[in-house]
Amino acid sequence: MSTSTAMPRPSAGRSVGSYAWPVGFGVAVVLVFVFYRYWLPNIANSGEKLVADWFPITTLNLCVIWAIMAIGLNIVVGYAGLLDLGYVAFWAIGSYTGAWMMSSQFYQVTVHFGAPSSLGPNAPGLHFSFWLVLVAGAAFCALMGVIIGTPTLRLRSDYLAIVTLGFGEIIPQVFQNGDQEHMGFNLTSGTKGIGPIDPIGTGWLSNLKGVDPALGLSSYELPYKFLVYSLIAAFCVFVSLRIRRGRLGRAWLAIREDELAASMMGVSLVKTKLSAYAVGAVFGGLGGVCYATLVGSVFPNFSFNFSITILLMVVLGGMGNVWGVIIGALLIAWINYTGLAQFGNWINDQFNTHVNFTSWNFLIFGVILVLMMLFRREGLLPESRTRLIMREPARTELEVLGADIEAAEAENVAVAEETEEELVAAEPAPRDGDSS
Amino acid sequence: MTSTAATAGLLKPRVRVGEAVERVLGLLIVVGLVAWVIWNFVQEPKLCVSVLLSGLNNGALYALVALGYTLVYGIIELINFAHGDLFMLGTIFSANFLVNWLGFDSPGVAATLALIFTFLVTMAFCAAINMSAEFFAYRRLRRAPKLAPLITAVGLSFVFQNIGLKWNGSTPKQWPSVISTGGFTVGGVLVRWSLIVTLCVTALLLFVLSYIVQRTRQGKAMRATAQDQDGARLMGIDVDRTISFTFALGGAAAGAAAVLSVQTLGTTRYDQGFQFGLIAFTAAVLGGIGNLVGAVVGGVLIGIVQAANDGFPHGFGQEWSQTVVFSILILLLVFKPEGLFGQRTTEKV
Repeated sequence: MSTSTAMPRPSAGRSVGSYAWPVGFGVAVVLVFVFYRYWLPNIANSGEKLVADWFPITTLNLCVIWAIMAIGLNIVVGYAGLLDLGYVAFWAIGSYTGAWMMSSQFYQVTVHFGAPSSLGPNAPGLHFSFWLVLVAGAAFCALMGVIIGTPTLRLRSDYLAIVTLGFGEIIPQVFQNGDQEHMGFNLTSGTKGIGPIDPIGTGWLSNLKGVDPALGLSSYELPYKFLVYSLIAAFCVFVSLRIRRGRLGRAWLAIREDELAASMMGVSLVKTKLSAYAVGAVFGGLGGVCYATLVGSVFPNFSFNFSITILLMVVLGGMGNVWGVIIGALLIAWINYTGLAQFGNWINDQFNTHVNFTSWNFLIFGVILVLMMLFRREGLLPESRTRLIMREPARTELEVLGADIEAAEAENVAVAEETEEELVAAEPAPRDGDSS
Repeated sequence: MTSTAATAGLLKPRVRVGEAVERVLGLLIVVGLVAWVIWNFVQEPKLCVSVLLSGLNNGALYALVALGYTLVYGIIELINFAHGDLFMLGTIFSANFLVNWLGFDSPGVAATLALIFTFLVTMAFCAAINMSAEFFAYRRLRRAPKLAPLITAVGLSFVFQNIGLKWNGSTPKQWPSVISTGGFTVGGVLVRWSLIVTLCVTALLLFVLSYIVQRTRQGKAMRATAQDQDGARLMGIDVDRTISFTFALGGAAAGAAAVLSVQTLGTTRYDQGFQFGLIAFTAAVLGGIGNLVGAVVGGVLIGIVQAANDGFPHGFGQEWSQTVVFSILILLLVFKPEGLFGQRTTEKV
């Protein structure tokens, strides 16, 4: 049947390639789900313990959420080349939006819309359907992304990093201080946090055998949550891949590689940059809502380390490549939550030592970051285009090196570039001239 | 305001809210700030003065750390994220050196000499760490895209933080001061000796650094390297050594700030460096990055603003400290990206 078309159209190969991933992704997710839901409870005790120790389902869920975050930051940093050091702001905003719309935080009112029936019809507060909250969180984050992005529009890369970092510090502090004492009304309950957050309602799916009407915090329901989060991750992957190939994605790559040239070619810098912030923020919002439902409560403990960890995932995985970023995210999140501790236990058991490995995780991450930057700047699974840029210094980078503190002539650049190439070619280790 | 900027930007490639609007807004902010300060002063003048003095003390520390940021940024355009953590390592080192190794924990003549010795050793210690960070990491990334050294700096910051965690423990440690705790009173307000020492050291270091950068041969090499590395190399300047020297200067300033911090604030914390570094960087940006005097003025200003916010009767209070500092930073970058003393640079093609 399939061989009836003798001449495959040129686009056929590409379309197969671009539709292969949903199948692979779906199969992988379903396999993991079936394993944890049906197989794991039934296999022999030792095997169950081994898997539960090294790959607990909670960690897998967290990994997927970190992956959503990393895909979002990849839009801003990897595609558009805007260094965002305050991405945690969107995580926090998304989580708090989820908390507001799915808890008894605003107990003065009682609004129910598609909430799981297990709550009962009279629970005070806002109780919306998880899917509606996702949309709301994403929309709110997009708005915040534009608000945060606007002041950065005319800044150069370093200042941009600092401004985003500033927002990343301000927004969690606002959530931390958002109680009666500091704000005059109780917005976020301050350090006490908001909780419990409603479980995810399953709607008509609960008619299926074995599916609960609401996915709460019990370990039995976690594999179902894994399915939900993976679906959202798949949505993010789909959007990233599609945008990347479209007009907007190409505009992002253009401003990443040469902002000035791109704007000369008619790319609107304002629209392009703001949309990068907005789309990145949308993913952050989705991930934030997911995080709120996974943990079941929200605390204002969002720190700069979150932003840096997500950035680390993007860089380690390979900036600009969605799959690389996902691998980076899964790897780092797993190491963070389970891997390092388990590895430490294993080493301690083997050699009868008592080293507390998790207390060294900053050092390990720091060293990994530095070594990656020194020896494999483009990441584990780089986009071919990024690899070229990261290997060869771009012309603009050479200019940056000789950047003007006061004022320097542009003509020097071309000369300096040629000279530098000759110097590099002439000597294995370029030292200055007067050492001879 | 946001939507104005966005819509104005849609029409033109460069985003500019009208020059006049910008100026009026900036002016309004400044006028509001001045009015707020006067209001506070009228209500509780003595409290305000003592709050300002403690702000001055913190500001001088920010200034010294900001010098390191500004020197390094001025020469290789790198935001050295690890600098704050270098300062933190310096505080732990100096406290241990003076109290545990030299054995001085109360004021006295011998203790003063030991303090001076501690200053020198801590400055050397921080300079050595900063230089080796440059030698092992940043030097290899000079030709790389800008993101690479920045992420390396973040990585080093993590490494330093973990070393600090292991060295100092996860809880803050209290240390005795060898500077006399007393002071003298001016109009009913106590001026502490430690404040005088801090100000003197800051002024001295600013003077020495300015002299080195402006008047010496090495300083000339630094300025040349900052302008054009390749050009400087062609002129026979050892670019690697010059950059290394700049890192040493910045590290030494951070070391001095570290000793002063332990002597005046009395605590060491492993996670102190990050916040401190961020605020110091804000100070450097405020003063116009690359400008030594600007960094010191910016540091003192930020210290005073923070103290005013934390301590004034009508301030927002300590919980909003970060928010206030970073709001200032963001407003400043929006209205005056070149800082108070910086020069506007044009983008090269």
